[in-house]
Amino acid sequence: MSKVIVVTSGKGGVGKTTTSANLAAGLASLGFRTVAIDFDVGLRNLDLVMGCERRVVYDFVNVIRGEASLRQAVIKDKRLENLYVLPASQTRDKDALTQEGVGKVIEEFKNSGFDYIVCDSPAGIEWGAQMAMYYADEAVVVTNPEVSSVRDSDRILGLLDAKTYRAEQGMDPIKAHLLLTRYSPSRVAKGEMLSYKDVVELLGIPLVGVIPESAAVLSASNAGAPVILDPTSEAAQAYLDLVRRFVGEELPHRFLEPVKRSFFSRIFGGGQEAAYAG
Amino acid sequence: MGFLDYLLKSRNATASVAKERLSIIVAREGARGNGAPHYLPQLKQELLQVLAKYEKIDLEQVTVNVEKDGDTDVLELNVVLSPERTAQRAPVAPRPQPAMPRRAAPKAEAQPGWWER
Repeated sequence: MSKVIVVTSGKGGVGKTTTSANLAAGLASLGFRTVAIDFDVGLRNLDLVMGCERRVVYDFVNVIRGEASLRQAVIKDKRLENLYVLPASQTRDKDALTQEGVGKVIEEFKNSGFDYIVCDSPAGIEWGAQMAMYYADEAVVVTNPEVSSVRDSDRILGLLDAKTYRAEQGMDPIKAHLLLTRYSPSRVAKGEMLSYKDVVELLGIPLVGVIPESAAVLSASNAGAPVILDPTSEAAQAYLDLVRRFVGEELPHRFLEPVKRSFFSRIFGGGQEAAYAG
Repeated sequence: MGFLDYLLKSRNATASVAKERLSIIVAREGARGNGAPHYLPQLKQELLQVLAKYEKIDLEQVTVNVEKDGDTDVLELNVVLSPERTAQRAPVAPRPQPAMPRRAAPKAEAQPGWWER
């Protein structure tokens, strides 16, 4: 049984593409045949974050328009056996994605034995975002502990309940999971940032992961390798936990408490936390 | 910088303000049906089929919502009839009594005006 997962948020810049790349890479590393599809037509970035931007020949829109086959457009990852990427097109044509075309592509992935189809949604609530979520079975709602992000996530949850295939067909609703990113336990402890409990309470969906703010995420995207591939950082471990929870493991959430700092680092600053706190 | 952080600690405890503001927004905008049954879209489709036997209407003009009214949930159905309907011939089938009082402008009513926010 293949599963379609949409990674969505409403608000831009909260970590959808990073999450899509890491979720897909993580699932593939566990042995699941996984494809990540970039729905951000016009502003494709998933290929860059996953480090395959120089290998893009055909894209999602080419496939929908019948200008290329899926096999021609899909890029096989060089690091992970089971990982594939379908890049977005850079066309400015807003109507390039059709509901029927998207449906056909997803169907073809399902029939080709893919276990997971990860749909990286564009920001906003327009057509591209609606197409990314339309055929989803589950959703990862990426949220920052910040007011505008939480509000936008609430809007997205409304769309997931109404403007999707599952909703229209009266099937079981899309299972939505909350993923908090850029979480800073020390700022939460100081009362400067919404806690994960606050956000869970506000949005009313189960928490699937908390990714701490980490310099490793930027380094990883600089290098074009999902952070999860090098599990030394906290962010990588938190993403790995997320993936394992996604496939049914029960794991406690980690990295929720501030790291105890020594007297000297308190006085002089420095160390991990201080580096991103500003 | 570490020392400054320490001094400024308590002055920036704004998370509780954020939570309070959000809880109002999320409750009011209620983007989610908050417990609305998942069969609503299908119910809407089926109601539409029945209504279409008697009246010329389109899907956009039908809203089905579940709203909370105190402790009770209210299933609310609003159908806006086509403006040309008065100009049309008599209905082919007897028209049933509306179950709910018809509202003049349901969409405007559902959304509070900016001054109420």
